[in-house]
Amino acid sequence: MKRLLLLLAVVLFPAHALAHKASDAYLTIERSGATLAGRLDVALRDLDNAIGLDDNGDGDITWGEVRLRADAIAAYVLPRLAVSSGGTQCALAASDLRIDTHTDGAYAVLTLAGACPGRAPTLSLDYRLFEGIDPQHRGLLNFVDEGRSHSVVFTADAPRRVVGGDNARPLAQFATYVHEGVFHIWTGFDHVLFLLSLLLPAVLVRRDGRWAAADSLRVATQDVVKVVTAFTLAHSITLTLAACSIVELPSRWVESAIALSVVLAALNNLYPIVASGRWIAAFGFGLLHGFGFAGALHDLGLPAGSLALSLAGFNLGVEAGQLAIVLVFLPLAFLSRSTWAYRRLVFGGGSLVTAAIASVWLVERAFDASVFSALAAR
Amino acid sequence: MVGMACAILIRYLLAALALASAFVPAPAAAAAFVPASDAVVLESLPEKGDPALAALRRMRRDLAENPRDPARAIDVARRALQAARTLGDPRFFGQAQAALAPWWTADDVPAPVLLLRATIRQSQHDFEGALADLDRLLAAQPSYSQARLTRSVVLTVVGRYADARGDCAALTGLASPLVIAACDAGPASLSGAAGAAYDTLLAAPLRASDDAAVREWALTIAAEIAARRGDRARAEAHFMAALALDPRDAYLKGAYADFLLERGRAHEVVALLREDTRNDGLLLRLAFAEARLPGARASYEAHLADLAARFDAARQRGDRMHRREEARFRLDLLNDATAALALARANWSVQREAADLRILVDAARAANNADAANVAAAWIARNRIEDAALQPPASTR
Repeated sequence: MKRLLLLLAVVLFPAHALAHKASDAYLTIERSGATLAGRLDVALRDLDNAIGLDDNGDGDITWGEVRLRADAIAAYVLPRLAVSSGGTQCALAASDLRIDTHTDGAYAVLTLAGACPGRAPTLSLDYRLFEGIDPQHRGLLNFVDEGRSHSVVFTADAPRRVVGGDNARPLAQFATYVHEGVFHIWTGFDHVLFLLSLLLPAVLVRRDGRWAAADSLRVATQDVVKVVTAFTLAHSITLTLAACSIVELPSRWVESAIALSVVLAALNNLYPIVASGRWIAAFGFGLLHGFGFAGALHDLGLPAGSLALSLAGFNLGVEAGQLAIVLVFLPLAFLSRSTWAYRRLVFGGGSLVTAAIASVWLVERAFDASVFSALAAR
Repeated sequence: MVGMACAILIRYLLAALALASAFVPAPAAAAAFVPASDAVVLESLPEKGDPALAALRRMRRDLAENPRDPARAIDVARRALQAARTLGDPRFFGQAQAALAPWWTADDVPAPVLLLRATIRQSQHDFEGALADLDRLLAAQPSYSQARLTRSVVLTVVGRYADARGDCAALTGLASPLVIAACDAGPASLSGAAGAAYDTLLAAPLRASDDAAVREWALTIAAEIAARRGDRARAEAHFMAALALDPRDAYLKGAYADFLLERGRAHEVVALLREDTRNDGLLLRLAFAEARLPGARASYEAHLADLAARFDAARQRGDRMHRREEARFRLDLLNDATAALALARANWSVQREAADLRILVDAARAANNADAANVAAAWIARNRIEDAALQPPASTR
């Protein structure tokens, strides 16, 4: 009976639950050329929640207490607000701390000034204020570009946005998405590890149940081209299908399956089952990775008017990023293919480590937190 | 001659100012300031003078060190939900959700976490998500009484009265007679059994476990049913008894204010809600009352502007939880029947409480919209809803 009453009062009158204003921050960014000017209004209550403002602990926040924490406020906000232009981070500084009142109380006002390395058609924004502290927090951005303003809402689920694309010329917009594609493959370790797992044996051949050095660069290159082409073709197909909402899969399945693909690819190097037909595996699993790319593209927010162009740009960016990895990998691997270091450390050890890392991902993604929380509960 | 030139000049200046201000983004247009001295108090935290909230804050700090500890997370989420409910402050829902972050999107979660997650989802008006969690929970633990009670409340909100009553019936032996009767009275009174449900509720014997919160809840439901049935004297008595148990309960105050507004007792509403301006729902009722009182003009204008700003803020962040209130606001205070009807219909597609039906009926009538009126009339007829405030919609044939 006691348990029954614990929550009683909470659920009884549901429609009334949200009576106050929720946690929002207001961000304005104005761009002219490569220069940014802006303002950020953050509720003092939210800042207090994150970094503590009530110095003397009396439950009141005074201007003196806020002023005392001015540097801490900037140090909290700035790393969680990243602006980049053409793939390069813009320098952002906060100054001139002031106060403003909104309908739900007092807000700290920071004046923002920024400089981007150059003028790109679009800006990428990454907003993570109060991440992990209040998942219901929203960042409301008003982006003013050449006198035109656009509204964007950052949420815990969608902290990354590309703005300014509506104003951009098609070519420039295309370039932005190429950049995002490159960025994604280089920072998407699961994709890189999968590709490398398939490429590691390309400079070797299987003879009498043992790995031996490939005879010529031509043979190795052919193998690499087959694997990379199959992977590219496959993920382009599913990326397109998913981006156009023709096929949609739950992201947890996709992410888990991608982790599994990395495990299998790495294990195949240690206990070869598929030796010569690795391009088939690259194609099959590439279909899965395409869905993963689509998830990333979706998070960026696609401009409705130019879906095809952005999609093509993103895909091309992924390919370019991939090609760069291959161009670095192939000559180094080919030159060192006969050495002990390559065979044992890079090939054997690398595959083992990759399989181990990907196994952890697999467990994390497939069972979410439950496995670990179950352990922690004991 | 000079005067006229100045008047023209001023008019142009004002036009230019208006034009310029249209291009200045709203937050930047607001005037930020540097407070006069360090001693100026800018904000009073809800933790001030509230030991329970201060304790919650310390517990959250502990949880941050070990975020996957289910026992601590459950404790924090529960207390945060309690605070959200008492204060009507959504920031505490955010804290509750943050505490459950390790389990927020997981499938396999401990039962108490699932119940809390359902409660938070319901608070965000994600009724489908809440029901999915509760269905799963009850499939595994059919005698989890809190989950049953919660599901009956959510089912009532979405208008599935028969299913809601089924859950209340399943509480037999698991909860006190008063809890079961109060659980059932809501959905029963909205599906043609108001009289019987009301009598059962009043006749339910009190058990030691029925604390003040349960009794206040039961009395509030009794008051609302009596009010809907047009029994003013008994409704008033129930409201008074409930307020004596908890004079600060925001839901109860809102329900009583509605009752008073229907009776034309605007003065009493102002006295009841004067201090509750931070709560949107109560501020709305306060403004309704002030609109009828010539002496409250200045305060009314300020509250009207405040409400408009809050609905605007909710819309900006993409909230859809204020549609019922905003429909009322647009209909009764701004006389915009078309906008009110659009909001009332959108709200009706997710929420089906008595107040949702009322705003749908009122907006349909004001906008002279036969289609919406027929939707409401069909619902009233199908569920045999008894509500004195609902005169038969004019356009039904």
